[in-house]
Amino acid sequence: MSTTSVSKGCFVFKPNAKKKRSLTAEDYFTGCSGRAENSKVRFGICQNLWDRIKSETEALQDELNRNVLDSLLDLARKCSSTHRSSDWASKMRASEIPTAALVLGVNVPDHDMTFQSLSELLQQSVTPHVASVQANECATLKHLMKKVLEKLTGAVVDEEDDDEEETEQMSAQLHRSAHCSFSTLCDWYNTKTRKSSSGTPGKKRSSPSKDEPPRPPVVIIFKDLEAFNPKVLQNFILICSLYIERLPLMFIFGIATSPSTVQHMLPHSVSSLLCIELFQSLSCTQHLATVIDKLILTPQFPFKLNAKVMQVLISIFLYHDFSVRNFIKGVQLALLEHFHSRPLSVLCCEKKEAVQNLLQLSHQDLERVRQLPSFKRYVEELDRQEQVSLSSDDGHLKDVCLKLIKKLHKYHKNYYPVLRCLHTLTCSLPRYPLGKQIRELHLICLESNVWESEDYQSALKLLKMLAKDELISLLQKCAEILQAVKSKKMKRAFVQLEELLDKFKQLDTAETVSSVEEIVTSPVRNLQKKTDLFQLQKTLLEMNESRRSKRLSPFEVLRNEALEFIEGLVKNHLFPPESQTLYEVCYYSSSATVRRHLNATPRTSVQAALSSPYYYIQNDKLKAEDGSVSNAAPDICIAYKLHLECGRLINLYDWLEAYSTVVSAAEGKDPDSEDFGKVDEVKHARFIRAVSELEFLGFIKSTKQKTDHVARLTWGGC
Amino acid sequence: MTSLLEQPGYDEEKLQMVAEQLLCREDQAGLLLSLMGQPQQYCYPSIFIYGHQASGKSHVMHVMLKELELPHAIISCVECVSSSLLFELVLFSFFGSEASSLLPRSPSLSDFVRIYRQQCLQAPATQTRYIVMEKAELLRDADANLLPALLRLQELDNVSVILLSEISWDKFRPNTGCFEPLLLHFPDYSKGDLHQILSQDSHPKYSDDFYSSYINILLGVFYTVCRDLRELRHLVRHTHTHTVKETDTHKLWRNIEPHLKKAMQTVYLREVSSVQWEQMQQMEEKEAGALRGLSAHTHVELPYYSKFLLVAAYLASYNPARTDRRFFLKHHGKIKKTNFLKKNEKTSNHLLGPKPFPLDRLLAIFYSVVDSRVAPTASIFSQISSLVTLQLLTQVSHDDQLDAPKYKCAVSLDFICAISRTVNFEIVKYLYDFL
Repeated sequence: MSTTSVSKGCFVFKPNAKKKRSLTAEDYFTGCSGRAENSKVRFGICQNLWDRIKSETEALQDELNRNVLDSLLDLARKCSSTHRSSDWASKMRASEIPTAALVLGVNVPDHDMTFQSLSELLQQSVTPHVASVQANECATLKHLMKKVLEKLTGAVVDEEDDDEEETEQMSAQLHRSAHCSFSTLCDWYNTKTRKSSSGTPGKKRSSPSKDEPPRPPVVIIFKDLEAFNPKVLQNFILICSLYIERLPLMFIFGIATSPSTVQHMLPHSVSSLLCIELFQSLSCTQHLATVIDKLILTPQFPFKLNAKVMQVLISIFLYHDFSVRNFIKGVQLALLEHFHSRPLSVLCCEKKEAVQNLLQLSHQDLERVRQLPSFKRYVEELDRQEQVSLSSDDGHLKDVCLKLIKKLHKYHKNYYPVLRCLHTLTCSLPRYPLGKQIRELHLICLESNVWESEDYQSALKLLKMLAKDELISLLQKCAEILQAVKSKKMKRAFVQLEELLDKFKQLDTAETVSSVEEIVTSPVRNLQKKTDLFQLQKTLLEMNESRRSKRLSPFEVLRNEALEFIEGLVKNHLFPPESQTLYEVCYYSSSATVRRHLNATPRTSVQAALSSPYYYIQNDKLKAEDGSVSNAAPDICIAYKLHLECGRLINLYDWLEAYSTVVSAAEGKDPDSEDFGKVDEVKHARFIRAVSELEFLGFIKSTKQKTDHVARLTWGGC
Repeated sequence: MTSLLEQPGYDEEKLQMVAEQLLCREDQAGLLLSLMGQPQQYCYPSIFIYGHQASGKSHVMHVMLKELELPHAIISCVECVSSSLLFELVLFSFFGSEASSLLPRSPSLSDFVRIYRQQCLQAPATQTRYIVMEKAELLRDADANLLPALLRLQELDNVSVILLSEISWDKFRPNTGCFEPLLLHFPDYSKGDLHQILSQDSHPKYSDDFYSSYINILLGVFYTVCRDLRELRHLVRHTHTHTVKETDTHKLWRNIEPHLKKAMQTVYLREVSSVQWEQMQQMEEKEAGALRGLSAHTHVELPYYSKFLLVAAYLASYNPARTDRRFFLKHHGKIKKTNFLKKNEKTSNHLLGPKPFPLDRLLAIFYSVVDSRVAPTASIFSQISSLVTLQLLTQVSHDDQLDAPKYKCAVSLDFICAISRTVNFEIVKYLYDFL
């Protein structure tokens, strides 16, 4: 490119904007896999599913936060009304700034969504004046003031276009005087309220009793209270309290840890200016439980995660971040990966659609079906003729697949209700043999046959010890779960369960009658007369026998019957998905991918790259026995390898010598020659570059402790 | 009473009004008034008033200047984030908005002086103008030339600067020297004063006598712990509901004492906000004590590894680094505590507070404390920094991550015990102080 400038210098050329057609998500999706056959369909299904999941989770989030948000809105409304009322107590309180301390839990990234919906709700129903500030944009008081003013006045510009000129003028004025003070805000607020009240003259005439214009509160939301500089916050609150009489302010503190941080951050003289009310949001574990309940434990979404992937996602949540948003992101990643990498995922959709897609499968895809491990297992169990026809006749294969897909859907339909039943029965047992949360039980069931596990046996034993009323209430809950399911098998199960429950109820009346008849002549009476030892032994044995086979009470009989019924349900429906043919279509199983993407280990991968460059460069020459690095490896790898052998301080010159020896060997020089291992300029430069690269990666740093030395920042050696 | 506030040049009635509003501050007001002289007379160039919180400094100035209708500007120094704001406010209140808009974008002191002079020529002062600076201690952090200039602003015009502060002048004096203001001390209100002031805003429902005896009881309980007028007023407001039921002064004490004691624990410390307190009063008899104060909520839910990171940080902060070998190595041999003891370590580490520790040590302890193998993933490191933003850890050194950052653990022993109990880790066994 040329310029018209005569002088030398650097020139910036902006790239032409229309050079490249920007790729859409779909292009990426279809482009990379290379086979365009059904990737478009897959993309469509994937997109569709994700949209559904997203809207579902958003609705869920709103639902969960509803209580807290509603009470917050109430507070805001109250605060706008008390500013006007003139009773004694509220006048006494007028100097305090109403404050809501909203405790949200440590998963700070999740709060964004809550605050978003909160400020939207506030703007819709209470006040147009809402400003939310974050700590990282308000390092000093000046910045904080500026942000608050910008957000408050700027929002108005967006909202009302008709009087844009005036507000623009206002904002111009704001920008002119580089400092923003609260008095300007007060003026702005007064003009705003006056204008809005005079702007609706009809309304005013209809309610003449209101002589004062409405004064909606000005809400300032501090999203992350802990991260704010306490000094800044204190001064800000002091300033606000000076203006509270002119400006109906209200604060909302977003607190991540515990409410006592307010007291840690603000001295008494400042916190006495606030009238703090506490709001506690739902704990994140409960939130996750509902999300799993609605997203994972339902036949509604055909896409499933297998046990390992679930385990990875849940452990990231529990061990690392407590963030429901990240969990959903993980599900999204798995979803994308599944549809992107598996051509057969085209069948992973609603039953009707799946049937349609199945009929359009190409020969290549059907070949893939034949390769599926679960399908192979299925084929092996069939007779010879069927096997042949399955492997040769595409049409027949399609018919079979149709049946199998239908079976898979049925399996899902029955699996979840039975899982819930089993959970309701076991979740309140002492020491929770099958887990407290339903997700734990789900994981067990996904992995293996649950009825073979020891925990299940112990849970059954505990169930056999339940009292009558407890058992009945649990069974009733199960019946409720089964009742809601639209599936033939479950309906049948429900009817059976109802019968059982009826029998339990009849017991109450029957028991009183039967207990009278139970008086049996005990064999002990026969012992009264003299007997010999043999006789005694005989009778004792008899007694023992009779006690063992003692007739069970009708309740016990019924209880065993009920438990057998439950066990039958479990054995029929709760087998792991791996046993299902074609399960690969719906289940995403690559836990390693998920882990690699979501829980990255940058340090290990840098170290792996440096110590075994072969895997990254794919050059056979670099292949070496483990532990050592070929001397033809990149400079930085050699330097890294050498530095591992040093202690905390590294002598640069020794390092250089060692390096040049290794590199000379790589050049194939004779080890006995004169200039072997001699440092020339090129080697020196290469070494320096490698060292500075290592410094950049954070392995070493320069130190002043010793001349010509650098300090190692990692520990451990080769 | 009025004899104290006598000054020619002011309206008698207005002085009377001022005297009525300045209860128990007549001496100080009189002194101030005599310093100010008649409206057109020059006052002392700068007056420095100091006294504790809520000793009536601002109140006296506000009332006097407002009631006597003197030209004045009352400025809170907290609000003046920059000196330009201060200049603007002063110019605005003396000369109107045109003058303040004359200021350039980021005005210096000389700009202010120039414009002030200009405006003075147009509108010379007929009466002394007063600039009142509240919370003047913040001026020390402002530009170095601001405070000395303010003290001798009278050289421009008939203007006086009055500084109000909670700390004494000795802490102000710039080392370059400056014009010394006249010092005026406002002493704390005595118990009698407090009684007199608090009895003034009596509830319309009660007789003055009754209210005054109520105040007397209240002061008897609270005077030993709190002498701040503002706080006492706050307490009066929130305990008065109980007096509603009583009319007999003698029975009063017996009935409200328990309520006052409860108030001492909650309202005084602002554990419970005023609205909540009122709600509590209303439902009271049914379920008192259902409300918990702010500090009762100390439980924090943390991810599993964050808990262990915090535990490791606590151990690193309160154990000497030399003892790590003993706690975290399997075959450390038998080392008795006495062998460790150095002279300065005889005192408990918990009394000395947390010590800084490098990141390496934190991670080393973390890996030996967690029972399972943990990969050094990015989220482990991000958990450390999120612990810092949650103020459970504090970063001691600067922000450079390459330069071996150092941290301190900022949680209490109770907190960490609660945390470690949830992960079944007996922290006391690992603390050097409790060996």
